[in-house]
Amino acid sequence: MKRFEKRLYLEDLTVSFDGFKALNELTLYVEPGELLCIIGPNGAGKTTMMDVITGKTRPDSGTAWFGSNVDLLQLSEPEIVRAGVGRKFQKPTVFEQLTVFENLELSLAGDRSFLRTLCARISTAQQKRIDEVLEIIGLSAQRWAAGKILSHGQKQWLEIGMLLMQNPELLLVDEPVAGMTPSEIDRTAELLLSLAGEHSVVVVEHDMAFVRSIARRVVVLHEGRVIAEGDMEKVQKNPRVIEVYLGV
Amino acid sequence: MTFPLWKTRPGGDRGGAWFLAVLFVVAVAVPILNQAVPSSSAFHLSAFGITLIGKYLCYGMLALSVDLIWGYCGILSLGHAAFFSLGGYAIGMYLMRQIGPRGVYGNPILPDFMVFLNYKSLPWFWYGFNHFSFALLMMVLAPGLLALVFGWFAFRSRVTGVYFSIITQALTYALMLAFFRNDMGFGGNNGFTDFKDIMGFDLHSDGTHVVLLVCTVVALAASYMACRTIVESRAGRVIRAIRDAESRTRFLGYPVESFKLWLFVFSGIIAGIAGALYVPQVGIINPSEFAPINSIEAVIWVAVGGRGTLYGAIAGAVLVNYAKTYLTGAFPEVWLYALGALFVLVTVFLPRGIIGLLPTLEKK
Repeated sequence: MKRFEKRLYLEDLTVSFDGFKALNELTLYVEPGELLCIIGPNGAGKTTMMDVITGKTRPDSGTAWFGSNVDLLQLSEPEIVRAGVGRKFQKPTVFEQLTVFENLELSLAGDRSFLRTLCARISTAQQKRIDEVLEIIGLSAQRWAAGKILSHGQKQWLEIGMLLMQNPELLLVDEPVAGMTPSEIDRTAELLLSLAGEHSVVVVEHDMAFVRSIARRVVVLHEGRVIAEGDMEKVQKNPRVIEVYLGV
Repeated sequence: MTFPLWKTRPGGDRGGAWFLAVLFVVAVAVPILNQAVPSSSAFHLSAFGITLIGKYLCYGMLALSVDLIWGYCGILSLGHAAFFSLGGYAIGMYLMRQIGPRGVYGNPILPDFMVFLNYKSLPWFWYGFNHFSFALLMMVLAPGLLALVFGWFAFRSRVTGVYFSIITQALTYALMLAFFRNDMGFGGNNGFTDFKDIMGFDLHSDGTHVVLLVCTVVALAASYMACRTIVESRAGRVIRAIRDAESRTRFLGYPVESFKLWLFVFSGIIAGIAGALYVPQVGIINPSEFAPINSIEAVIWVAVGGRGTLYGAIAGAVLVNYAKTYLTGAFPEVWLYALGALFVLVTVFLPRGIIGLLPTLEKK
């Protein structure tokens, strides 16, 4: 095993809830800088896998390493965030009464105690970083807009931007295009593609057209394990995948 | 972008500038109208008038402290009168010790009520209150410590929303019952009154009233600016983030409980100072100040004035109390109905309070 090569190592992960195995000896690797799409029918274990990576759920057995020297199973949720794993939940939750700029400001890395934030000033470097992220997520024009007036798609982008402020090495993105308009979906695809390379991005998504438009590598989960992986073409021709999805 | 770095959104505090200007006018006009204008003139301001204004401003300060936690952090305290009263009791103890041998029973050490209740010596917690500086310290420490201990337990247990409101009601009610007891050593249901002087100045002279009013104006302006500084800082934005999406803020790594706690303590201290300024001006403090209804009224002032603006809360307190003074004089039986109706009407038709009617004050 050449541990220095991958960004994330999940090996033999098993999670069971009252006898139901949400993950069944799941083994999966994420390469540095890759954009990996995970698909699978409902109950395949996609969300549970994300929960294990972010420390929300502890597995019954198996290992989860972030890079070659961070054991995710030993860290608490906030520690995992600080280690460089960012997760975007399905439902966007931005701070509605704060401006886009302020939403990003609060996501800046830094001391989070009451007294420190009371005296905190935005440094030039931080201002630059916020401008950069605004540019990446395409909300430069909305920097002074309150979170509540953003469209659904804009909120999703802002939330991705909030993750980017902490410069995570691994971004977990849960159903980013659910409820988006076609043009918003295209914009999101561009955004995620632009993030890959600098960050490792793992996207869980149901929308096949969207997955096809962004995926380089696709992993199909079923009943808690990987049943196929490869590019979209290859995966779609896999008889096991067809069986799982069509129930033949 | 030529925007100053310390600002995260455009616009300024125009409403606050207006508010401070009004306070300044009050601080200048009241001494002149009382001291320089002859008492025969229609423009003369009597000691009664000064006391009334001073009282309104103390209520304004209480409203400010409520708005800081309710308007900005979503913590609805229905027990803030407890902090107000504790501050009042702290200064009241000093004022009682100042009476000295001039009391009805002429005891140089024991206040009248202690002689009446057969106290042989001064209870230990009355030591030190013969010094003004000690009373100053206690009027900050007593409400601050209560807020710290109470808030620590409440926030650590993640008590929020209506449950928090209910236990703050219980807190102030419990304190009221405790202070009603004669053996608590705080004068029982009569509380403290018959004050003679403060730092050697006669509390019945107009001059002392003018100075107390100016002190109140200064304290109110200073607390307003302190609150404004907090809510305009990054900590203030975290506080508003907690109000809007508490668990999201926690997920970003902010220690939500400690933000709530320090804000609550600061708010309790402002309420305590307001109470300490209130007592020498009105000349009495008794356990009815702890009554649950007082805390609820303070919340109504904030709602009427417009929460989440700070100056709106103060304006609400002054306006509602002016109406109260007028109505309880002219039509005593309708006041409570009027207050209830006002609260309902404002909640339904003016969710942003009276201040919401003045769009020019809003940040552009």
